[in-house]
Amino acid sequence: MTFEQLIFYVLAGIAVLASIMMISVNNPVKAALWLVLTFIATAGVWIMMQAEFLGIVLILVYAGAVMVLFLFVVMMLDVNLVKLREGFTRYLPIGVLAAVAIFAMLYMVLGPHQFGLDKTGEPVRFAADYSNTEALGLQLYTVHAYAFILAAVLLLVGIVAAIALTIRRRPPHEVKYQNIDKQVRVNPKERFEMVKMNAVKEKPVAPKQEGDE
Amino acid sequence: MFNAIQNWLSLFLYDWLAILITLVIQVVVVIMPIMIAVAFITLAERKVIGFMQVRMGPNRVGPYGILQPFADALKLIMKEFIRPHQSNLFLFLVAPVLALAPVIAAWAVIPFDEGVVVSDINVGVMYVLAVSSIVVYGVIIAGWASNSKYAFLGALRASAQKVSYEIAMGFALVTVLMVAGTMNLTEIVHGQQGGFWNWYWIPLLPMLAVYFISGLAETNRTPFDVVEGEAEIVAGFHVEYSSMGFGVFMLAEYAMMLLIAFMTAIMFLGGWYSPFEGIWLLDPLTAWIPGFIWLFLKVAFLMFCFLWFRATFPRYRYDQLMRLGWKVLIPLTIVWVFVVAIMHYFSIGPWFN
Repeated sequence: MTFEQLIFYVLAGIAVLASIMMISVNNPVKAALWLVLTFIATAGVWIMMQAEFLGIVLILVYAGAVMVLFLFVVMMLDVNLVKLREGFTRYLPIGVLAAVAIFAMLYMVLGPHQFGLDKTGEPVRFAADYSNTEALGLQLYTVHAYAFILAAVLLLVGIVAAIALTIRRRPPHEVKYQNIDKQVRVNPKERFEMVKMNAVKEKPVAPKQEGDE
Repeated sequence: MFNAIQNWLSLFLYDWLAILITLVIQVVVVIMPIMIAVAFITLAERKVIGFMQVRMGPNRVGPYGILQPFADALKLIMKEFIRPHQSNLFLFLVAPVLALAPVIAAWAVIPFDEGVVVSDINVGVMYVLAVSSIVVYGVIIAGWASNSKYAFLGALRASAQKVSYEIAMGFALVTVLMVAGTMNLTEIVHGQQGGFWNWYWIPLLPMLAVYFISGLAETNRTPFDVVEGEAEIVAGFHVEYSSMGFGVFMLAEYAMMLLIAFMTAIMFLGGWYSPFEGIWLLDPLTAWIPGFIWLFLKVAFLMFCFLWFRATFPRYRYDQLMRLGWKVLIPLTIVWVFVVAIMHYFSIGPWFN
């Protein structure tokens, strides 16, 4: 066994184990964490296939940002597991049927008869100075430039739509908003005024006399 | 040097075992100095802030308090590890590890001198960015597994803050990539050869500021340490941690600061190159200084800035912090991407020839 094979089996084993744990574990927070582990192991496998840009982007975007927001939401949910389990036996036959159907379809598309070195050929081994990033960039910015720009615009529209849907400005008599630009631009001269006064000595108050009531 | 060790080992061992042993040696050679440096940074922080506040700082343990970090570590190890009631024990134990492990993993691609790097990969910059984005899990899991409201609030703040500032950080790195034309950290340093006017801090001065500010936010340092704002949420995500669990979080924070300082020095301040290269008289006089000394000097200055800021600035309010990240830093970086593109197109300055 070469070192490369050892690394591959370790990463693939972790990926499979973590994905099984992800769907079988009860706690949603733990499930999300197992999913993160699956992403990281998969990224390792991609990097071994010399697709280092994709592998690292998988970690950066999915594990580093998307799953963080996911966890964010899942942690604040109060999931009632007993309620979720209700009707488990009733829906079991349909569930099993759907699972078998999906597995059969996956097997037809991704089964072992579709893969293997005789079908795909020996994967190309690139030299050490081969840059996957450069190869991807050349494709993206020349051949697929229009699709790339379209995807960017779609994402922008998505951001605008999400903000438009969730923004909720209440009238100022209900909620006080802070105008931070105004706060930052505060000048001490507008807030604080030195007043010139003459020093005046106050008249001494007459001492209280005994039996003066 | 490491290749020689590997070749020698593979004479009488399995190939994969030889590679594994070489990797372990490399890891020890890189991590041990970092851990020692982190220990002394804690001392330096207390000393620097002490002098800024006209105090002495720690001065009891050893001469000038030099052994203070070891006393602190010993104290933390001797303490009892307390587990909060109804906390998730496994995640509670694993969170400090998740905070420290990625920070250490990132050192694999940092070049300390010409060719002195564990793994000289093509996507070094992306690798550091990706690995440091994993650090946030340690914080979130610590906050959630502690089963404490203060810790959870701290974790939520931390995750929102880190995800926001990572965008500005990523864009700042994009401009560096545009100038350097590569993501390999060694190649980025090579692009800055010759005198300090060839370093990338001149065309990318706003990006240097953005990167360093984002670095402050990423490491939860003052003025962005709302994650552990003691006035509001006690100590944030690690409020329930005692003993070495707390110690490991501290290690992770300081190692991350050191990493940010190294990345800034490598990408904007010319890495291991001398600032006086090509200057009459100064260049021959300082030519005997090895490259890593220059790198360490730059890193030491940046680390001093970290401590300096802590002693100088008050803490940001949370909404101001988010505003700075999203409405100031990110638009600035996007504008600068275009500025760099224009400079690139018209070949302005020595950086684009």
